[in-house]
Amino acid sequence: MSGVFSPTRAKIKERTLRTDKWWLEPAITFGVLFSFVIYATFRAFEGANYYKDHLISPFYSPCLSQACVPEATLFGWTPVSAEIFNFALSPALIILIFPLGFRMTCYYYRKAYYRSFWLSPPACAVAEPHTKYTGETRAPLIFQNAHRWFFYAGLVFNVFLTYDAIISFKNVDGQWGHMSLGSLVLLVSSTLLWMYSLSCHTCRHTVGGRLKHFSKHPVRYKLWTLVSALNHKHQQFAWFSLAAVAFADIYVRQVATGAWTNFYFF
Amino acid sequence: MARKLNLRIWRGDATDGGLKDVQVDVNEGEVVLDVIHRVQATQMGDLAVRWNCKAGKCGSCSMEINGKPRLACMTQVASFDEDETITVTPLRAFPVIKDLVTDVSFNYKKAMEIPAYEHPKELAPGEARMEQVDVERSQEFRKCIECFLCQNTCHVIRDHEENKKSFAGPRFFIRIAELDMHPLDKLKNRKRTAQEEHGLGMCNITKCCTEVCPEHIKITDNAIIPMKERVVDIKYDPARMFAGLLKREKRN
Ligand code: SF4
Ligand code: SF4
Ligand code: FES
Ligand code: FES
Repeated sequence: MSGVFSPTRAKIKERTLRTDKWWLEPAITFGVLFSFVIYATFRAFEGANYYKDHLISPFYSPCLSQACVPEATLFGWTPVSAEIFNFALSPALIILIFPLGFRMTCYYYRKAYYRSFWLSPPACAVAEPHTKYTGETRAPLIFQNAHRWFFYAGLVFNVFLTYDAIISFKNVDGQWGHMSLGSLVLLVSSTLLWMYSLSCHTCRHTVGGRLKHFSKHPVRYKLWTLVSALNHKHQQFAWFSLAAVAFADIYVRQVATGAWTNFYFF
Repeated sequence: MARKLNLRIWRGDATDGGLKDVQVDVNEGEVVLDVIHRVQATQMGDLAVRWNCKAGKCGSCSMEINGKPRLACMTQVASFDEDETITVTPLRAFPVIKDLVTDVSFNYKKAMEIPAYEHPKELAPGEARMEQVDVERSQEFRKCIECFLCQNTCHVIRDHEENKKSFAGPRFFIRIAELDMHPLDKLKNRKRTAQEEHGLGMCNITKCCTEVCPEHIKITDNAIIPMKERVVDIKYDPARMFAGLLKREKRN
């Protein structure tokens, strides 16, 4: 018997005496994240319906494979072969590791999935089911310390996705100065991705958090206060940007399959 | 106007114990500590409860109220439904002494293990000056009243007794952060010892310490995560790894 049932502790048989709905939040988090993972996996393997008339799905950008629709590539740059060991490789799978790694190692998502998937702990003052616990001190979880690497990669991705949003301000014939619902969708999702990156704890640390002397670095101090303000909302940006990216992909897929017509404002 | 309140109080000691039901008068505006005192005065003369200030500032009256770690003197009875039974137990992460009183000496042992502030040799005492922006950061951490609710809630030790020897706990991570962010502190290896000796890596940033802190200190966001990032700086940073700067940091 360990934990709250250890011999020296007050003898209480319940794992928790909380009377509120403490299970609701982890249950919702589990449901939403799980649905996203299922959908993203399906889309990553689909290998089709990711491009139509200057709209490219964020799941497939940058499109680096020889299998890519030529218009979806970055100026025709396709360094990765279309198949590996005779298996067709979806272009999404090549790049997926970066956004996936970024979110998996994010301090906020860590809290979210440690609680909802791993029940470690399911909620505060609710005994967890595990008998042993070493936290993030050894493999594989020590790998969480790589968040910074993914943060840098994430910034590069944001540049690509912003470029995609700009490109979407073309009409079907490739003329600039037009705007569709699709451009709006991509613009919102890339903006939210920037907000998610800028509010990241690693960003906060990098711009100024690591300093001992704010007074000696007034500019970095100012930046730190700005990022800190965004950082308070990191959890919200994490969810909104996830939802926006998923919706952007759904939108592009629907347009690409012909189920929806992209509506042009002008 | 008094009304009756149903209360369940844990009574016992390290050998045995259980929840006892009592009915007690409660007046408007009273807090849970008030009704516990009334039970002590009228029905259970030997009920053990630790308290001191009744103002949320001494950190003595930490206990668990309906399963949530809280200060009894800051928990309004009116915050519960009138027909609700309120259950109070001692903290569940520490050894119980009697009734609602636990032995929190674990925390004092941990406090002694944290290396103290090291003053610059070239500065005589009294000569040190700090700017307000530098002070502000640690001021948040100085609000700590040492109620140890965060320590009690942290699953690393609450759910794993064996981790107590290798884990200092959130209250002491804010202490380490405060010193590591101090512009004058000269001690060099705080980040490394935080990770290797005080168990910073065991925290999985699930934020329960922040949730229960009565002083609303952003323990996770402002102390633990910044310390984790500082550890990454010296141990896992890509740029520094490639630049070979890691060695220099080690010598520091
Ligand atoms: S965030 Fe870390 S220190 Fe705080 S309660 Fe959770 S595991 Fe413990
Ligand atoms: S940090 Fe907050 S919860 Fe922890 S001991 Fe201090 S005041 Fe109490
Ligand atoms: S992206 Fe969430 S903390 Fe960095
Ligand atoms: S009695 Fe001092 S904090 Fe409650």
